[in-house]
Amino acid sequence: MSNKKYTVLVADDDPDYLFQVAYHLRNCGYEVMAVESQAEAEQVFSKMKPDIALFDLMMESDDSGFILSYKLKRLYPDVPVILATAVARETGVTFGLSSEQERDWIRADLYLEKGVRPEQLDQAIKKLLKI
Amino acid sequence: MAQLKVLVVDDEPGIRSGVSRILRTFHVTYPFMDEDYTFEVLEAATGEEGIEIIDREMPDILLLDNKLPGIQGVEVLEYVRKKSYDIVVAMITSYASLDVAVKAHNDGAIDFIPKPFTPQELKASIEQITKQQYLRRITHKLKVEGRKVRFQFLSVLSHELKAPLNAIEGYLRMMQERQMGDSMQEYASAIDRSLQRIEGMRNLIMDLLDFTKVSFERQVEKMQEIDLREMASLAVITVSPYAIHKDIHFVTDISGCGKIWADPNDFEIIFNNLVSNAVKYNKPGGTVTISVSCDDSDFKLSVEDTGIGMNTDECGMLFEAFSRIKNDKTRNISGSGLGLSIVKKVVELYHGIINVESVPDKGSVFSVIIPKVQVTHKKAE
Repeated sequence: MSNKKYTVLVADDDPDYLFQVAYHLRNCGYEVMAVESQAEAEQVFSKMKPDIALFDLMMESDDSGFILSYKLKRLYPDVPVILATAVARETGVTFGLSSEQERDWIRADLYLEKGVRPEQLDQAIKKLLKI
Repeated sequence: MAQLKVLVVDDEPGIRSGVSRILRTFHVTYPFMDEDYTFEVLEAATGEEGIEIIDREMPDILLLDNKLPGIQGVEVLEYVRKKSYDIVVAMITSYASLDVAVKAHNDGAIDFIPKPFTPQELKASIEQITKQQYLRRITHKLKVEGRKVRFQFLSVLSHELKAPLNAIEGYLRMMQERQMGDSMQEYASAIDRSLQRIEGMRNLIMDLLDFTKVSFERQVEKMQEIDLREMASLAVITVSPYAIHKDIHFVTDISGCGKIWADPNDFEIIFNNLVSNAVKYNKPGGTVTISVSCDDSDFKLSVEDTGIGMNTDECGMLFEAFSRIKNDKTRNISGSGLGLSIVKKVVELYHGIINVESVPDKGSVFSVIIPKVQVTHKKAE
């Protein structure tokens, strides 16, 4: 971690969440590219390759996060993607990445519920970056 | 014309060709069906052949003889049940012992057609079966759609309610842990943002309450004569702090109109939502024009802004619950996505209609037309 700064692309349409995540990740020593929409995220990764990406699920459309992870993986299959959302179990939606079938259509490496502590996020990123 | 596939499994060629011949020209119609049903008949002489055709062709209706050369009819039936295929099965059999009948029934056979049967008997059975199959599929479809709507509502609701909580919690933790230093000054924007998110959440909760309230029947005791001119100026007063902030000017054009017999809360909802939207989605320095007029038959209200406007697609989804239009122009405007769906519901309670005309970057006009006659009916209730 000390010799290389890893770049995290964060896309979230909630400006407060975006600010907080970016703030924490910078504190943890990451370079952060923070964008507020699916469209901006696509622009960013069409020009540069991040080391890891953190996408909100619902932005311009309800499945922006899925679309972004699909598009990012097509460009850079080796870049890990974390999907974060506030939509949760009480609605009856339970998707994770535990079954073969889910991994097949959700092109993300990790699914996180929003509201995780910054340390947990940092650990999850380190694990995916294998550092 | 919709076509159903009927598979007849019987070792007697005469029965198979008989069924084919009778059903070739037969069609079933039902008052609720969009279209008539016709039939395509497939034939199998043995249970084994039947199973092969079932797997390959997925018939809708299965006519099954029990006494077959190889495996028995009830075994074919058991196969269909185990695979959970959506097939309606009727047994055609010359003599059925009670236990075969019970087993067949338990495995889901819904009808017994005794052999030999007349064309009329076969047609009557097929008609019953077709209707049943149709209703089953419609019920299933409605259940799935109902679940989908419920799911969408809940997921958006949970998203919209939890997002501000997460944001506020995040800021509070930053303060708790003094992450930005010990000076209160460093946290000013975090506090501002938290208060704004709380305000947004309060609005959402109020909207949700309105949303559930208007689903109920009109409460006759709340009906009274209300002055639309007054309602319009109340809405302007309510929104004026925000309007001053954005330098928005109001123009009101209210012609001498009779009073309307209604629940004042309802018209507060209509005016407040339309007027506050007109400010919210306006450009700084813009204008909001409120007009109220009437002719012999209708009251007409319209609220016009000089704001960001919408394209046709966006206009189309505007009145659905939780449909917030998300684009660069609306990103920093908070809203529950419920306001206009509530307005529409209220307007419809008064047998009225609401319309929107909009030009991107020029502005939008929302018009509400409420018939006078039905309003007077309400008075008589």
